[in-house]
Amino acid sequence: MIYFDNVTKQYTDTDTEPSLEGVTFSIAPGEFVTIVGHSGAGKTTLAKLIIAEEKPTVGKVSFQSVDIHKLSNSGLTELRRKIGVVFQDFRLIANKTSFENIAFAMEALGKDDDEIASDVMHVLSLVNLDNRSLHFPHQLSGGEKQRLAIARAIINQPEIIIADEPTGNLDPISAGEIVNILKRINSLGTTIILTTHNKTVVDSLGKRVITLEKGRIIRDDKEGKYVI
Amino acid sequence: MFLKKLKRTIRSGTHNFVRSGFTSVSSVLVMVVTLFVITSLIFVQAALTSALADMKDKVDVTVYFTPHADTNIIHSVESIVKKAPEVKSVTYTSSEDALDAYKQKHINDNMILQVFDILDENPLGASLNIKAKDPSQYESILNYLKSDSVLSSGMLSVIDSVDYNRNKLVIDRLTNIIDGAQRLGFVLAVILIFISIIITFNTIRLIIYMSREEIGVMKLVGAGNKFIRGPFMVSGILVGLFASIVTIIIFWPVSYWLGHNMTDFLGVDLYAYYKSEFLQLFFIQIVAGVSIGAISSALAVHKYLNK
Repeated sequence: MIYFDNVTKQYTDTDTEPSLEGVTFSIAPGEFVTIVGHSGAGKTTLAKLIIAEEKPTVGKVSFQSVDIHKLSNSGLTELRRKIGVVFQDFRLIANKTSFENIAFAMEALGKDDDEIASDVMHVLSLVNLDNRSLHFPHQLSGGEKQRLAIARAIINQPEIIIADEPTGNLDPISAGEIVNILKRINSLGTTIILTTHNKTVVDSLGKRVITLEKGRIIRDDKEGKYVI
Repeated sequence: MFLKKLKRTIRSGTHNFVRSGFTSVSSVLVMVVTLFVITSLIFVQAALTSALADMKDKVDVTVYFTPHADTNIIHSVESIVKKAPEVKSVTYTSSEDALDAYKQKHINDNMILQVFDILDENPLGASLNIKAKDPSQYESILNYLKSDSVLSSGMLSVIDSVDYNRNKLVIDRLTNIIDGAQRLGFVLAVILIFISIIITFNTIRLIIYMSREEIGVMKLVGAGNKFIRGPFMVSGILVGLFASIVTIIIFWPVSYWLGHNMTDFLGVDLYAYYKSEFLQLFFIQIVAGVSIGAISSALAVHKYLNK
C-alpha cells in the first residue's frame, strides 16, 4: 500500500545530517505500524512525506503504486481524501464548532447535508463527543480535541490514518483512550501509521514497530516493543 | 450541485466573517477609509466640474458693431456665427438695448446721463455676445469669422471691435487652469485610490496570513482549492458590502454639513448632489468595496494554496 524506496530528505543544502536517509520499507493494507524514535529521529518527516506535505530529496514514496510526489494538484487532493491525518497539535479549525470541523471534511467531498448531519453525529458519538458538537476547539480539553481530530480523520472512511504523536500533549488516561480508538478503527480494516515516543503506548499495542535513529531505520519488528 | 456548493460557500464565509468579530470590524473600518477616499474624490470632482462649468459660462466674446451698422447685416453675421460648430449660443443686443443697459448701469451718475441728453444720437452700436462650447474654441471662432469665405468685406467693415483680444490673456489662462485642474485631479485621484487599495489589500492579506495554518489543514483533509478559496472571498465581499453601507451613512451628515456651510465656497450644494446621486454613489461604493474585498482575498489565499 505504501512503499518508501530509498528515501532521503534534507530540508536545506547546509544540513549536515539529513532528516531521513536511505529509508526503505513497505506497509500492507490493514496493518497497524508504529514508528518510534527520539525527538529529531525523523518520525514527523516520514509522516509529512506520506501526506505529500514535503517532497523527498532522493528516492520515491508510493501510495498504491503511484509516486505521490509526481501527482498534480487535483491528484494530490484526491490522495489526501484517502488519508486521514491526526497531529500532536490537533490542527483543528479554530472558528468552526466540533460539528463543523468534521462536516468540513465531508463538504469538501460534496456529500449531502442529510448524510453529513447523520454521519457527523455518529462519528462524534464514537469518540464520545456527541455532547460537544456545538463547542469550539478552545472550549475542549486536550483529550477532547484529539478525539475530535480523530473523528475528522475517519469521517470519510479513509484507507489509511496517519497519527503523528497524537498522545504527545495528553495525560496518560486520554492517551489510552486515543490508542483504544485507533485500535478499534484498525480492527475495522483501516491501515494505521502511528508515530510516537511513548513507550507505554507502543508496548501495549503489540503491533509492528519501526525504529528510527538519526533518520535511518535501525529496527523493524513484527509485534515489536519499544527498544532504543 | 452548483447551488449546494454556492450555499455552503456563502454559509461558511458568513460564519467566518461573523465569528472573526474584531478582525472583521477592523477590515471593514480599513475598507471604509478606502471607500471614503473614493467617494470624497467623486465629491471633489463634482465640485470641480461645477466650478469649471461656472467659470466656462462666464467666458465669452463680444463683437461690437459701429453705431450706423445695418441691422440686416448684423443679423446676417449672427446667422453665420451660429453655424460655426464650436458656437454654443449667440445673443444679439440692439444699440437701443445697449444704451438702456448703460444708462441703468450709471443711473446714479448724473454727469454721464446728461451727456446722453446732450447727444442727438445713440453713440452705442449693437453687439453680438458669443459663447463657445469650450473656452479653448474662441480663437478658432474668431479665425472662422476672419476667413474671407465667411464674412464679406461689407460685413467686416461694420465691426467696430472684438473684445476677445482684451480677454485673450484671461481666457488662455483660464483654459490652462481648467485643463491643469482636471489633469491634476485625475492624477491625484488615481494615486489616492491606489494607496487606499494597497492598504486594504494588505489588511486583508494580513488577516488571511493569520489563517494560513487553517488553509493548510483544509488542504490536508482533502479540500480543493476552489472549496478553500470560496469562503474567504465571501468574507471579503461581506467586508466590502458592510464598508459601503457604513460609508454611505457617514456621507449623509458630511454632505449635509458641506451643503449647508460650503455651498457658496464650492459652488455646488453637495447635500443636494448626495441626495440626487445617492443610488449611483452607493452602487459605485458597493462595486468598489466588493471588488477590492473579493480580489484581495483571492490573491492572498492563492499564495497559501500553492504552498
